Amino acid sequence: MSQLFPPSFGFYVRLALIAIVVLVTAGFLAWRGLTDAPNVVDEPIEQPVPFSHKHHVGDDGIACRYCHTSVETSKFAGIPPISTCMTCHSQLYTNQPVLAPLVASWTSGKPLHWNRVNRVPDFVFFNHSIHIAKGVGCVSCHGRIDKMPLTRRAAPLTMQWCLSCHRNPEKHLRPRAYVFDMRWKAKNQEVLGKRLVREYHIDKAKLTECSTCHR
Amino acid sequence: MPSIDKTIDQARVDLGAATAPVFDPQAARERLAKAQGPVFWRSLEELSDSDGFRQWLRQQHPQLAETLRMDRRGFLKLLGASLALAGLAGCSRPPQTQIVPYVHGVPGQTAGLPRFFATALVQQGYAQGVLAESNMGRPTKIEGNPSHPASLGATDIFAQAAVLQLWDPDRSHAVMHRGVTSTWDAFDAALLTRRTRLQPDGAGLHILSGNITSPTLSAQLDALLKQFPRARWHMHEPAGVPTRSMYYRLDRAQIILSLDGDFLTDPAAGVRYARDFAARRKPDDPAHPMSRLYIAESTPSLTGSMADHRLPLSSRDIQSLAWRLARRLGVSGATALPALDTELNVEHWLDVAADDLKKHHGQSLVVVGTTQPAWMHDLGDTLNATLGNHGRTMVHIHNVARPPDGDGTLPALAAAMHAGSVDTLLVLDSNPVYDAPTDLDFNTALDRVPHLIHLGLYRDETARRAEWHLPMAHALESWGDARAFDGTASLIQPLIAPLYDGRTASELLARLRGDETHDAHALVRRQWRDKLPDEAHWNAALQSGVIPHTAASTHHPDASPPHMPADTADASNRDDALELLFRPDPTIGDGRWANNGWLQELPKPLTHLTWDNPALISPALAEQYRLANGDVVELHIDGRRLRLPVWIMPGQAPRSVTVHLGYGRRAAGHVGNGQGFDAYALRTSKHPWSMQGLKIEKTGEHYPLADTQHHFNMEGRNLLRVGTLDEYEYNPAFATADDKFPDPTPSLYPDRPFDKYSWGMSIDLNACIGCGACTIACQAENNIPVVGKDQVRRGREMHWIRVDRYFEGDPANPRNYPQPVPCMMCEHAPCEMVCPVDATVHDSEGLNVQVYNRCVGTRFCSNNCPYKVRRFNFLQYADKTTEALMAQRNPEVSVRRRGVMEKCTYCIQRIENAHITADREGRRIADGEVVTACQAVCGAKAISFGDQGDPDTKVSEAKASPRDYSMLKELGTRPHTTYMARVRNPHPDLEGRS
Repeated sequence: MSQLFPPSFGFYVRLALIAIVVLVTAGFLAWRGLTDAPNVVDEPIEQPVPFSHKHHVGDDGIACRYCHTSVETSKFAGIPPISTCMTCHSQLYTNQPVLAPLVASWTSGKPLHWNRVNRVPDFVFFNHSIHIAKGVGCVSCHGRIDKMPLTRRAAPLTMQWCLSCHRNPEKHLRPRAYVFDMRWKAKNQEVLGKRLVREYHIDKAKLTECSTCHR
Repeated sequence: MPSIDKTIDQARVDLGAATAPVFDPQAARERLAKAQGPVFWRSLEELSDSDGFRQWLRQQHPQLAETLRMDRRGFLKLLGASLALAGLAGCSRPPQTQIVPYVHGVPGQTAGLPRFFATALVQQGYAQGVLAESNMGRPTKIEGNPSHPASLGATDIFAQAAVLQLWDPDRSHAVMHRGVTSTWDAFDAALLTRRTRLQPDGAGLHILSGNITSPTLSAQLDALLKQFPRARWHMHEPAGVPTRSMYYRLDRAQIILSLDGDFLTDPAAGVRYARDFAARRKPDDPAHPMSRLYIAESTPSLTGSMADHRLPLSSRDIQSLAWRLARRLGVSGATALPALDTELNVEHWLDVAADDLKKHHGQSLVVVGTTQPAWMHDLGDTLNATLGNHGRTMVHIHNVARPPDGDGTLPALAAAMHAGSVDTLLVLDSNPVYDAPTDLDFNTALDRVPHLIHLGLYRDETARRAEWHLPMAHALESWGDARAFDGTASLIQPLIAPLYDGRTASELLARLRGDETHDAHALVRRQWRDKLPDEAHWNAALQSGVIPHTAASTHHPDASPPHMPADTADASNRDDALELLFRPDPTIGDGRWANNGWLQELPKPLTHLTWDNPALISPALAEQYRLANGDVVELHIDGRRLRLPVWIMPGQAPRSVTVHLGYGRRAAGHVGNGQGFDAYALRTSKHPWSMQGLKIEKTGEHYPLADTQHHFNMEGRNLLRVGTLDEYEYNPAFATADDKFPDPTPSLYPDRPFDKYSWGMSIDLNACIGCGACTIACQAENNIPVVGKDQVRRGREMHWIRVDRYFEGDPANPRNYPQPVPCMMCEHAPCEMVCPVDATVHDSEGLNVQVYNRCVGTRFCSNNCPYKVRRFNFLQYADKTTEALMAQRNPEVSVRRRGVMEKCTYCIQRIENAHITADREGRRIADGEVVTACQAVCGAKAISFGDQGDPDTKVSEAKASPRDYSMLKELGTRPHTTYMARVRNPHPDLEGRS
């Protein structure tokens, strides 16, 4: 009986096996490469003016609400108009090249286009004011903004991440007085959190309902 | 498992077999004769209950049937392709978006919060005060202005649709000179030349506009006519009755008799009338006994559907009826009474009505329809004087609108044009090329006008003939002023700079006059400098939306003795021919709203038709000519002809045929072009509302009509409950007398205790007039897409709240009742139990929530919904590419995509925002803090909404009424939307006869 397979067959089998491995690996790598997690955390976003929260908040000690004026009243915290920047920068660093787009905007009246850093999908209706009112600190979602030379996203802002707090708000709540404080740490978060949930009338059952965030 | 091929083939065969059902009058009569108790029906085909109807329902209803025209291979290919594409689409990050803050902050504006501006929208010249919502500078929604007399917080359908009109991408974008894009500078130069040529006396200058109540515009016209004494102003309002010197006080009227008068849809005061009328229709108000409405009308109207007694008479017979009534009330003037061409027992009806009117001296009211001739109005005036109603239920005021000059009519203009004496014609927001009566031959007359200047929102039919077409600023983009039906003046303020560089009529007139001031804001300020001298007064007027103490003064007119015109008194000119009636379309008016998708798709209140205007004929006429719905006929009158389909309208006067104006537009825009049939082609200037001598001819053709009437049929269950006032007084709980189950209905499902709030809604069927304003307000608030005629024909309209209509009794003159149906928010919701992905779930406040981002589109929920209130995005209906339309949307509501189920949410965005405000302040949401869009817009205040868990709220009060009942209670769904049964107030002597 002659051999069923010629000697070269073994070579083809090996080639095929290697090809499968290569293809699978390539496929996997392509998948990883192309499908980034939609929300990249801790990656600085380019801006027309390299605005530094580190400098303004950390070094100069400007309060959050000086610029983000509507954070306590509206869903949107507010990005300041150029006129707010000009309260200082009409006097300070007016000749710096990095501020040229700012000055140009001010003189021409054409607004600056900032690149959005934090974003939730269209079907999520996030509201800043209620979070502030219920004792969620800026730092809980935005991270140590006072240490960011260029603003970056500090949290993934995925549904899972949102729910981790909505399910257990006591782990993250702080007294209203310290909401804007970047350095505040609870001595005993567990005790404090439970007390604040009661004090601020936080309805935990309602927090995980679809209608709270989706409309 | 049945193969997909088989299903498809089956569907194809069924499609072939499914022919539209036909109304069978014989079967209907038999069914009515056999029935005991009230028989409700929704369409004539249903009433006759033919096999054809049942088969048609079975086939038409599974909304998939028509989509399965594709073969299996094609279907799988598409399926594969969309899967592959879906995979690819998931591969990239969301696009980088930008935030563009202001350079200078806007005072008073908080980013992310809506602001409301009091302004006014104008219908046929009359103002309706509104609060326009602006989201970061974008007008997105209209609410009524509670301090405006024509609104009282509600609006009509047109005010709701005004936002879509503002953002309509088809609006005129540029100045056009003989069809070529030009500039305002070029026009200004040309206008200067024209002005010099018109010196010194303005001979040859004619101005055509709609009705004008604006004091600024009127003063400008006065000044212009003084400057150019030989110039002429002409007023043209194709579907309006501009000269008004009185209004009604329906809240004071105990007995109302309407002669063809559809006062509830009055363009100037309809919303107010609905409020006042509903206020007197409460069966258990001790201070105000329930009013009674008699109506004689030629074509069914909303007012007719609210009537306790209704007579379907031809327009001409109504005139005879008026004289008969005059006789009974002791008014003379008719020499010989013309005969009545009807089989109904009119004499007895009139005896009772006249007696009722006489008994309520000073609390009665005779309303004469705007489509009746002037002498009828004089007669009505005399009748009201006799009944002591002047100054009580009928208030006479000095003219609100600018009175037309002697020859200030469209026919006079047309005559001047034909004579060649018109050199420059300035058309201000009017479209005579489309809507002028056909006997004026306006189009030909235009050939003899060298200079036609047209200012308008659209590049319409007239604009296309114009030397200069100028884009007009929308009311939400302009400064101006206007008066309400009672004379109260309002300022019109812009919410946004003109999108397409438009100008207002007064800006144009200022330039024509050579006025130094030609900025609209300055012109209005100058006009009101006496009344609003300083910033404080001006700002107060802007903020409240009304200028105080501007209502027209009242007076008592001398009633002139009525006389009967010769042609009416002469009964001998009647023949076999029919009567042709013209009416403005219920949703697109005289045609100026033709390009508005919301209004086109809003089902016409009485026919439930969308996108079309068939001729309405009576069931008797249909039987005589053997016509079914959609059969095309040719109308012949005075040598003119028009082909259009017919629609059998129960309650239509037997020998009257109604055509609606406003359709058949040729240059309306992408939405309105070519829809429907141009009824202006039959209209003459002498008889604008009714013509005698109509002949109809069956053509044998059939035209597809998109009606929503058959869809969502509820198969004859006790959904709508009606009783008479006597029944109500005998047993206040008559509505629930037949309910077999206790409250709450027993259920195997666990109870759902509510947490802090339990939202509920109550709809008072006694107040609801069925106008459809709720449907369109919901559409505006909730980003509901327009689907188009073809999709409506497949039963895919997306309205979250629909208004069903049920007929009861004889098709020749049925009673009919509207019933708005939003989501019932069932406590034990059948939809929730079948969703495989938990996309529809209950929340702790009694809301049945739809989660779009979870929905995979199985449509099980819709199948299992007994109320059929769920809507599915079969295609990508929401326009995601046209920028202007995206700007219109409510930022608080998701824009749904293809393959997602949606439904009424009780305006959850408004609930959540109230929640956030209240929670922030650490308090409960107050009663009345959450107002749903449908509730806010309702003129009749038929909808109450609130926390039904709290016994002290308005909605709990309504639900505690003995009239409260749940729809399909026997299913044990425990709906949170309940109804208050309708109570009629018939006269005991007439019940059973009308």
